[in-house]
Amino acid sequence: MTYAIQAEGLAKRYGETRALDGVDLEVPRGRLLGVLGPNGAGKTTAVRVLATLLRPDGGRARVAGYDVVRQAHQVRSLIGLTGQYAAVDETLTGVENLVMIGRLLDMPRAEARRRAAELLARFDLTDAGGRAAKTYSGGMRRRLDLAASLVGRPQLLFLDEPTTGLDPRSRADLWAVVRGLRDDGVTVLLTTQYLEEADQLADDIVVFDHGKVIASGTSDELKATTGAQVLEVRPLRPSHLDVVASVVGDVLGAAPEVAGGLVSGSVRDPALVPSIVRRLDDLGVVAAELSLRKSSLDEVFLALTGHRAEGTENAGDRPGDGPGSGAGAHDDTRNGTARKKEVAL
Amino acid sequence: MTAISPAAPGVTVSARPGVAATMRHTATLAWRSLVQIKHNPMELLDLSVQPIMFLLLFTYVFGGAIAGSTGDYLQFSLPGLVAQNMLFASLTTAIGLNTDITKGVFDRLRSLPIARSAPLTGRIVADTLKQAWAFALFLGVGMVLGFRVHTGVFGVLGALALLLAFALAMSWPAVLIGLTAENQEKVQILAFSLIMPITFTSNAFVPTATMPSWLQKWAEINPVSHLADAVRGLLSGGPIASSAIVSLLWAAGLAVVFAPLSIRAFRNRT
Repeated sequence: MTYAIQAEGLAKRYGETRALDGVDLEVPRGRLLGVLGPNGAGKTTAVRVLATLLRPDGGRARVAGYDVVRQAHQVRSLIGLTGQYAAVDETLTGVENLVMIGRLLDMPRAEARRRAAELLARFDLTDAGGRAAKTYSGGMRRRLDLAASLVGRPQLLFLDEPTTGLDPRSRADLWAVVRGLRDDGVTVLLTTQYLEEADQLADDIVVFDHGKVIASGTSDELKATTGAQVLEVRPLRPSHLDVVASVVGDVLGAAPEVAGGLVSGSVRDPALVPSIVRRLDDLGVVAAELSLRKSSLDEVFLALTGHRAEGTENAGDRPGDGPGSGAGAHDDTRNGTARKKEVAL
Repeated sequence: MTAISPAAPGVTVSARPGVAATMRHTATLAWRSLVQIKHNPMELLDLSVQPIMFLLLFTYVFGGAIAGSTGDYLQFSLPGLVAQNMLFASLTTAIGLNTDITKGVFDRLRSLPIARSAPLTGRIVADTLKQAWAFALFLGVGMVLGFRVHTGVFGVLGALALLLAFALAMSWPAVLIGLTAENQEKVQILAFSLIMPITFTSNAFVPTATMPSWLQKWAEINPVSHLADAVRGLLSGGPIASSAIVSLLWAAGLAVVFAPLSIRAFRNRT
């Protein structure tokens, strides 16, 4: 198998903090790897190392066969990078931003213009192409930023939290673009803190926490790793919640979660379910809903890291799904603090 | 490790950009800093408003009081204003660089297969052209107000060359500030609180004779005094050599001290 990215034992520290603590990664060519993890898990640091922006303190990495430290220039000519911020020159127009990149990639002027027009059309920015980027909406800037990273037709694309802070529609648009790129055969490394995003887009997922890869596999494989399924019981009468919780806890041997009128616990042995049903029946509790399902990625994440993924505590596991776009705004502030922390380190 | 994928066929991957490519990248990035003026002529005005305002204020407010006549004062102060403006303008390099870093544009450029130095040199080339524009504007408006060049074309070109040489030396500390400052506001505050006192404690705007003796001593060392004197000599006639040499020595000193610091800060970003 040929790999677009191979990393072994990557390490990077900032003072006492180990941003990367021995990361191994292998991404086969043409696959889309989702790097999942909370803020501060080391996702961005890993991307910066692989995109040659940051020198690792230890370990080594090859991108498209070239060493990211010793052959950084070669690596740069094969990759595209879209970072957490829309890195466009706000004073230039959309066209000029893309023409500038094309010229820097040694395209003749006419070709740079043609490529710019092509990308603007692809990203639905043709009409805005003549306007300064500072007049663009957040979603438009992200699209322009992504277009900028595609000018040189990279074999490998790094997308560092490309949808953080975007409204659900812009997010869906961006997902469509990313899928299109993968269909074109581009290898993509996408970091995200949204479980659904990884679930929807990624061929393979690695989970980062505290600078380490703590799990990897396909979405289904990860969901199977906990070895558990989730039992959910919703009593018809909310007053029965306590009874249901104690029965479920008793049979499963661990206190279940109770939220939103629903009792849920993880089940390792499906044979236990009938006994729960029997005991509830004996107690005269009627269940309005009783189901056994595969763990969600969110639960896998909880099982792996001991904490829920960012932004899911309040907003459910669908980003931006909460009331209004409150979840997005919330994430933005959180990123703000995380960024500041990184700078201070 | 298993087999490593070679680059896709048809893609040429070079080890590093050559001299011609480096110059092309620099030119592209200089173009990038200048082309915005086309859409935003206000920026040219930004570059020009301060020089014109200072010129008018100094001439008509202080002129009579300091030199007895506005015309005489203009002849004396214009070279000083030119020097002050050059120092302020040299910090546009710092502001531009800092903006690129905070907006992520700097990282985007660094992820491209271009000469490492191009993001710096492109900006400096553009800022040098802006410096030349500001000098021409000063001279033009000054002449409308009554300033006279007594030397000739070579004097004017010499003054421009000296100012640009000093501005280039100043771009080293400017790069250091741009790379290390937290944000654009900090750059501006630093610039203002550094350059205002330095230019005002020189002979740029007033003869130093009435200053207290300790301040006079500083004013004699102050690079702005020498620069202003040299520009005076080059535009109005009079001795040039010693003030020009001292100015250039100062410029060299700035470069020697700040170039290594800036380059180290630049590398640390990698």
